Amino acid sequence: MSPISRGFHGRRAAADPTRVPPGQYVTPDFPVLSAGPTPHTPLDEWDFSIGGEVEEPRRWTWEEFRALPSEDVTADIHCVTKWSKLDTTWRGVSMDTLLEGIETTAEYLAPFSDGGYTTNMPLEDVIDGKAWVAFDYGGEPLEPEHGGPARMLVPHLYFWKSAKWVRGIRLQSTDEPGFWETNGYHNHGDPWREQRYWGD
Amino acid sequence: MAGTAVLGRLAWRVADVIDLVPETPRVKTILFNVPDWPGHRAGQHVDIRLTAEDGYQAERSYSIASAPETAHVELTVERLDDGEVSPYLTDELRPGDQIEVRGPVGGYFVWEPSQGGPVLLIAGGSGVVPLMAMIRARAAAGSSVKTRLLFSSRGWDDIIYRDELERLSGNGLSVLHTLTRSQPDGWDGYARRIDAEMLAEVGPSSEEQPLIYVCGPTPFVEAVAEALVHLGHDPRVIKTERFGPTGG
Repeated sequence: MSPISRGFHGRRAAADPTRVPPGQYVTPDFPVLSAGPTPHTPLDEWDFSIGGEVEEPRRWTWEEFRALPSEDVTADIHCVTKWSKLDTTWRGVSMDTLLEGIETTAEYLAPFSDGGYTTNMPLEDVIDGKAWVAFDYGGEPLEPEHGGPARMLVPHLYFWKSAKWVRGIRLQSTDEPGFWETNGYHNHGDPWREQRYWGD
Repeated sequence: MAGTAVLGRLAWRVADVIDLVPETPRVKTILFNVPDWPGHRAGQHVDIRLTAEDGYQAERSYSIASAPETAHVELTVERLDDGEVSPYLTDELRPGDQIEVRGPVGGYFVWEPSQGGPVLLIAGGSGVVPLMAMIRARAAAGSSVKTRLLFSSRGWDDIIYRDELERLSGNGLSVLHTLTRSQPDGWDGYARRIDAEMLAEVGPSSEEQPLIYVCGPTPFVEAVAEALVHLGHDPRVIKTERFGPTGG
């Protein structure tokens, strides 16, 4: 039983409680959280690759990647530091499109990014229209501080799973905890089950 | 969960407020007694949870200001006028009140004296809080690791921990201030936002391979980290922590 905070009334947002997970609050802003400097990889040096346990690794240059079919996505995003932002609009390439025709027995993937960031999740969390590699935010090219030129977008998990500056994914048969996952944060990160930290 | 499976869930603990100490007109330090506090590392943060009479709850994260060696846990909180939680903490909270605390959290933006140095700490406003935990941990360990704090504040009266930083200076610790909005009469220190030129003057240089910790508002951290990379520091040794505009 939580003690009552004498004199605390809170300032409830008028948001739909079925859209805001436990412990989160709604913000109109888009706070930035990164563990290091923002990388600036020129687009002519950028590529996106799928490797690891696959029959044939794949690689797209920026031009090839942008020529892939892309889609508009409207999603609510939830950061483990407590803010949620509703109805964010993105454009990106679905992970289903990127993984199409790939043969693998892997059950996990590990996105990796410029700057050395990694994260991890089960493959089933990114297929069937649940994840994208996004390059536009709010109708504009994604800004570097928010992960541009391209970032993962996995809105049903805490937002650290949506790796900024993503450069590819490795498919793996074993689950390998990534950057925050080895630094105290939950391995799966489902906001609706409030899986913030180790042991949650 | 390689190497992590033995850890249990971080429990919410009911903490007693022991004291509140004004640091600046907008910033207060809150001293808590947290029963069964498991200990922390300098740079880590905690979650706190407030509960209204009707059961409504609000959670926020705050960096820990105190050294691990301190018996109580200290949080230093800046009042954000449009915040939901920080005005309650700075204006309403009294000694004897109880709030819930969960932590410590975070294993990346941390420094322990055993890691050595040199260490370069760069703070913008209340971004100094986790860096102060490192400075206090350094002092508590009697460490003489070469450590430099470059601290950007709006004005002289906005410098958080000003007297304590002066007291702790020496024995390898140097503290440099820049005052971006107003300066007292006779001020001969820096009086502008941190830029590459200032960072080059303050050092240590990239050849000395300092461990670097930068904490402050997002535009501050973006600018400082970019300038550090420009000066040749390895991006992998630059650890950043950013306060969004809605941290309150």
